[in-house]
Amino acid sequence: MSDRDKRLNLEDLTVSFDGFKALNKLTLYVDPGELLCIIGPNGAGKTTMMDVITGKTRPDSGTAWFGNDINLLELSEAEIVAAGIGRKFQKPTVFEQLTVFENLELALAGTRSFLKTLRARITPPQRQRIDEVLDIIGLSRLRQAPGRILAHGQKQWLEIGMLLMQNPELLLVDEPVAGMTPQEIERTAELLLSLAGEHSVVVVEHDMAFVRSIARRVTVLHEGHVIAEGDMDKVQNDPRVIEVYLGV
Amino acid sequence: MFRLWKGSAGGDRGGAWFLAALAAVAIAVPVLNLAVPASSALHISAFGITLIGKYLCYGMLALAVDLIWGYCGILSLGHAAFFALGGYAMGMYLMRQIGPRGVYGNPILPDFMVFLNYKSLPWFWYGFNHFPVALAMTILVPGLLALVFGWFAFRSRVTGVYFSIITQALTYALMLAFFRNDMGFGGNNGFTDFKDILGFDLHADSTHVVLLVVTAAALAASYMACRAIVDSRAGRVIRAIRDAESRTRFLGYPVESYKLWLFVFSAVIAGIAGALYVPQIGIINPSEFSPINSIEAVIWVAVGGRGTLYGAIVGAILVNYAKTYLTGAFPEVWLYALGGLFVLVTLFLPRGIIGLFSGRSKDKSAAANATPVE
Repeated sequence: MSDRDKRLNLEDLTVSFDGFKALNKLTLYVDPGELLCIIGPNGAGKTTMMDVITGKTRPDSGTAWFGNDINLLELSEAEIVAAGIGRKFQKPTVFEQLTVFENLELALAGTRSFLKTLRARITPPQRQRIDEVLDIIGLSRLRQAPGRILAHGQKQWLEIGMLLMQNPELLLVDEPVAGMTPQEIERTAELLLSLAGEHSVVVVEHDMAFVRSIARRVTVLHEGHVIAEGDMDKVQNDPRVIEVYLGV
Repeated sequence: MFRLWKGSAGGDRGGAWFLAALAAVAIAVPVLNLAVPASSALHISAFGITLIGKYLCYGMLALAVDLIWGYCGILSLGHAAFFALGGYAMGMYLMRQIGPRGVYGNPILPDFMVFLNYKSLPWFWYGFNHFPVALAMTILVPGLLALVFGWFAFRSRVTGVYFSIITQALTYALMLAFFRNDMGFGGNNGFTDFKDILGFDLHADSTHVVLLVVTAAALAASYMACRAIVDSRAGRVIRAIRDAESRTRFLGYPVESYKLWLFVFSAVIAGIAGALYVPQIGIINPSEFSPINSIEAVIWVAVGGRGTLYGAIVGAILVNYAKTYLTGAFPEVWLYALGGLFVLVTLFLPRGIIGLFSGRSKDKSAAANATPVE
């Protein structure tokens, strides 16, 4: 029953670590341009799922297709990035001694070899792309500021900006608002919403208020598989979700 | 070259001052030696010229250390080994130039080989009677050693203090090897008693003047090449590696290959510096490989100011001037002074002497450097 019109198709994925099933026949689809939020208690398999999509972990069984022609299980981590899947980790790491502009410049898609970067100059379209991304992440005024002076939230946005430089079709965002101020959270919500449409965005997050503010569709994971799916109200009233979260 | 220079001058005022000062030295010193009579107080003696030439060679070594340490965070405690290898390659040429004028008068074999009962020239001495071959070797030998050594070290992801320790071991091993008489490099006496270079008498003031000018030019060219590298996108990748190596790798950059090429280039600069050092000083022996020399080079960079390129050169010149003075006036205090200097700089001047002058403008200049050249 696989439906390959989806952007991302995960079917029957199982991953076990020493007998513990981190993923247990997980099936999940992401539509093109969709913003999907994934929630679930600790150990539900959220991070493992991200690891499988990005090639860091290989599943014991199941399939993972990007679109209908790219088999993610056959690609290396670097090839998956090149295919158009970008991942933002929980802890932001930007280059502290480089400026915001330079951080984005290094993330530009394109040549990576020493001899070529020695002579590389920014082309007008590349400069335009950097300006666009600076605008999207709201750091235009700080373009010449070194990464180390950015606030925590700004670093997160810069990191998202670095992902955008490679123009990925699918963005995986792990706990984007952890440690942010309410204003930063609000700004991040706007940012992620603005990205959906052009990109498919999958957000893993614990902050329920945040999820409520951005989610059109929420998927709840528990013990390695999906236990509920739908809009936030439906999911929050689902007896199984209440049981899992409240331990009733 | 002009374009490089123009590109670098934009955000690099310190470098422009440094190059101007270097040009002034390269013009003033020959004039003060050749045109000012020896009786005048302004006259610079042959000894003075040699001293300045030596400082400039050390400046090149410091530049090489700063390129990898200041910009890529690779702390090599064995860089003097590349300097010494370049020096030995030049020394081999100078030994062959002595010809039959040696003590034993053997036209082929250098004196030490006659003394050690060599029957014929070892194969690795072939070709060193030709200057271009020797010159190529001053670049190839340090470069190849750095390539092989770096390839193994970086590929195995040896970093930080472990890398420093094995570079220290490398230079120590080379020192022990060069001390052996049967290595064919003159054992603990090394090479000396040089007569001439390219037919010019090494005891003439004019030869020393020319060597000084050539050294200044080589230092300026190395500086501009290093500046071009660190100001390029590759330079930004290199700084990114220094600050967050795995993040850089995650962006798709082959971190090991960046480190390797930078290390090789740095070793080549050190080798050229050594090749310029030997004809001016007139001797090369295995003590040039001793670990303390490499450590001193790191101290020069720390004192001058890490990650500025010109700061490293200024540091090398100042510390060596202090060394010349102190080892003459109070020979027993020099090592304590050097150690104390390092401690003081680390504690109170983390950005070195240059940091005193550039003050708070570092962020500003970093931002200015960042503005891509249109």
